[in-house]
Amino acid sequence: MGWATAGPGPRSPAYAMASTASTFDGDPVATFERHYAEVATQRRRRTLLFWAIFVVILGVAIDVSTFFPERLAEGLPKIGGYLYDTLPVLRPEHLFADVETAGSLAYWYFNLPKYAGLLFTTINMALFSTLLGAIGALLLCFAASRNLAPNWWIFTLSRRFLEFCRAVPEVVFALIFVYAFGIGPAAGVLAIAIHSAGALGKLFSEVNENVDHGALDGVRAAGGNWFEEMRYGVLPQVWPNFLSYIWMRLEINIRASSIIGFVGGGGIGQELHYVISFNYYEEVSAIVILIVLTVTCTDLISERLRHRAIGRENLM
Amino acid sequence: MLRIEALTKTYGDVRAVDDVTLEVPRGQLVGVIGRSGAGKSTLLRMVNRLSEPSAGRIGFEDADVTALRGAALRRWRARCAMIFQQFNLVGRLDVLTNALLGRLNDQGFVASMTARFTGAERADAIRALDRLDMAQTALQRADTLSGGQQQRVAIARALMQQPDILLADEPIASLDPRSASIVMDALRRINREDGLTVVCNLHTLDTARTYCDRVVGMMQGRLVFDGAPRELDDATVKRIYGVEAEEALSETVTSTQLSAAS
Ligand SMILES: Nc1ncnc2c1ncn2[C@@H]1O[C@H](COP(=O)(O)OP(=O)(O)O)[C@@H](O)[C@H]1O
Ligand SMILES: [Mg+2]
Repeated sequence: MGWATAGPGPRSPAYAMASTASTFDGDPVATFERHYAEVATQRRRRTLLFWAIFVVILGVAIDVSTFFPERLAEGLPKIGGYLYDTLPVLRPEHLFADVETAGSLAYWYFNLPKYAGLLFTTINMALFSTLLGAIGALLLCFAASRNLAPNWWIFTLSRRFLEFCRAVPEVVFALIFVYAFGIGPAAGVLAIAIHSAGALGKLFSEVNENVDHGALDGVRAAGGNWFEEMRYGVLPQVWPNFLSYIWMRLEINIRASSIIGFVGGGGIGQELHYVISFNYYEEVSAIVILIVLTVTCTDLISERLRHRAIGRENLM
Repeated sequence: MLRIEALTKTYGDVRAVDDVTLEVPRGQLVGVIGRSGAGKSTLLRMVNRLSEPSAGRIGFEDADVTALRGAALRRWRARCAMIFQQFNLVGRLDVLTNALLGRLNDQGFVASMTARFTGAERADAIRALDRLDMAQTALQRADTLSGGQQQRVAIARALMQQPDILLADEPIASLDPRSASIVMDALRRINREDGLTVVCNLHTLDTARTYCDRVVGMMQGRLVFDGAPRELDDATVKRIYGVEAEEALSETVTSTQLSAAS
């Protein structure tokens, strides 16, 4: 509720000042209280309206999505059943026995070398698609900034193009590329890269639009062309922000690249899709746990690295 | 010889620069004075074509500057260096690279995008910085320097352009008196040593009197005075500065007190 609820305390300097050089008519406290009451009523009304609209929208959404309680009640036990089925049969006495012994960890993860390879592919897909996406975004973001674009046509074209890249879900791109180039990581990488370019390009151009134009003028006055203006007048200012956005995108893309395999985009997701389709129950849980671990680890490592990078921004 | 003929710039109804005609011979140090909003910056920005004239013509030697486009226009900007009140350096890059930006116009695409400068260019940059007594800061980030130091780096960048003209838009307006006189001394020294034409917007009168060969007065976009500094009498000053006359005269005491002796 902002400053109004806090208000100046009776003995605060602000209050003392108001009483000497008053900007209110008559009693300053009474004037303030009256004003405060007005503001509070207005806010209450706005809040009520907000909730009313929210409830209506929620109702419509529930109806449209057929998200009914009885269906929920019916479905939940099934989820439980499925999860139960995927659980491995582990026997404490054989837990650390070899691959041949049913009930051991090794038996459960008999396919670990294969998973590890696929996981490695998935992480590489994330790295590579983030890199490609960042390059695409970097190439287009200046033209897509209102204040920097050389003319209206280039601005509109590059902005619409970035919007398109961002608006189409990765899975759709992946389906198209799988159709065109066949099943495998290439399709997944390309799909994620294009979506990333769109998402990063938008964020980059927003950073560009807040750039200080002094350096730009300096470069232009020295006879620099448009590219040189962007390279020296803008890029050094915005680069630290770009880097942190790219970093964020890498985290997102690690998740995205584990999923993209479902439509044939390669990596661990493709294997997961396969074991789910063939009801290899124990392998489902084995792979899901691996993916969760990977995502958690990258998030943790990423946070560490980001903290270390703060204050050390001399990257250019 | 720089020739400005009937130059006009309008922003909507505002005539920022109104029918200005001016000739500046090679090697002159011209001060442009006038209260804020008089059109000084607009005039300078049109000369180096950062701003498009609405009417009139700018000529240099035999060339028609107003007609230049594309690469020829950028070449003109390189020949016609400019420094600014806010220095306009690239704060996050080091001083050396900032000075090297004065050579952008000669760079190929790949070389400039990858910031690859030759040893000879670096040597030139160090020499230019050294003339401004800034060589020792070459590897420091530009935004760690004081205002006066930044302006000297900006002058070094301008020198790297090997210009025919140096335009200075209120180069000392945001500097303390000591830095201000260092910068003005540097401008005058370069003007004398290199025979470089300098056109310098100044807010304060005394600086103009101390340093300039010639003073041009502007008021509401029009040229209202053109002559030697000593020809500036009180009546003219009052006319140019209007209600700001007091301020313009009193600021002088602080702005170039130190250098008046030099
Ligand atoms: N980009 C612009 N858009 C609109 N008006 C401008 C612009 N630049 C300058 N002006 C106007 O032109 C006039 C001259 O400005 P300027 O050349 O900056 O004066 P000075 O440098 O002498 O203070 C002022 O009235 C100013 O408001
Ligand atoms: Mg100005």
